[in-house]
Amino acid sequence: MNATQSLTARTGNLFHRYANPGRFLRLGARLQPWLTWPALVLSIAGLVWGLFLSPADWQQGDSVRIMYVHVPTAWLASSGYMGLAVCSLLSLVWRHPLADLAAVEIGPVGAAITAVCLATGSLWGKPMWGTWWVWDARLTSVLVLFFLYLGHIALIRAFDEPQRGYRAAAILGLAGAIDLPIIKFSVQWWNTLHQPDSITVTGAPTMSTSMLWPLAVVTLGFTLGFGAIVLARLRAAVMESRIRTALAANRGRQDTSTGNAT
Amino acid sequence: MTHLPYIIAAYGLTLGVAIVLSVNAALRLRRARARLATIERPGRAARTPGRPA
Repeated sequence: MNATQSLTARTGNLFHRYANPGRFLRLGARLQPWLTWPALVLSIAGLVWGLFLSPADWQQGDSVRIMYVHVPTAWLASSGYMGLAVCSLLSLVWRHPLADLAAVEIGPVGAAITAVCLATGSLWGKPMWGTWWVWDARLTSVLVLFFLYLGHIALIRAFDEPQRGYRAAAILGLAGAIDLPIIKFSVQWWNTLHQPDSITVTGAPTMSTSMLWPLAVVTLGFTLGFGAIVLARLRAAVMESRIRTALAANRGRQDTSTGNAT
Repeated sequence: MTHLPYIIAAYGLTLGVAIVLSVNAALRLRRARARLATIERPGRAARTPGRPA
């Protein structure tokens, strides 16, 4: 076994430790309140801070307050799809049983958040740009992301055999990740109406700290909230899977008993 | 506050979607937990309707 195969096997073993539904449900139940309550507190605090306590922009006026809902949803639209792509990789390479279920549950939440990102962007664009929509690179690439989410949801349901749907959706999930760097760098690669990023990994932020702090708080709150919603949906999906298995086993026992009786 | 209708629409939409997603997830989890508890209760199989005595 060479080094790459060994690393792949070790990583697979690490991921499969949480493939056991019982172990996952126990871990999920412990993790749920630690995501839910901080998400609620931080989101409310960040939104109130952004809406009432942070200053208006000298150029954009109060419309800049839309940033406190638009930027976190834009961040979650991309990072949610990154999560979906990672689940797709786990499914295709390691056949992780929970990865398919996680991708199924991330899809609708990510699509809803991307729709909110597009809508709040339009609501910000209309007073600032004078138009609801332009076909510039940033807006179009996010619209493509929304369609990728919808395609993923549709593909899962397109096959009678669930495993085939999971495989097809995982391939789309992985291939669609190419849209993420396009979204990120669209404002640098092309001349867009959308403004360049105000916060980057390498440079100092180009916005005032009085706006940056509420934005950071609400982004953290929304991120934890996204995690809490996906975790709750995933726990429900695992339980529903166990219910289906238990009912099928019961039916099997009944059929056997009926066969023996006749 | 300037641009108030746009701000109200943006916040209302975001909060509305967040509430719908959260309530939907919570109700689904509660239903699944209750149903699983009923099915996995010891002795439940013996009371299943249609099972031969």
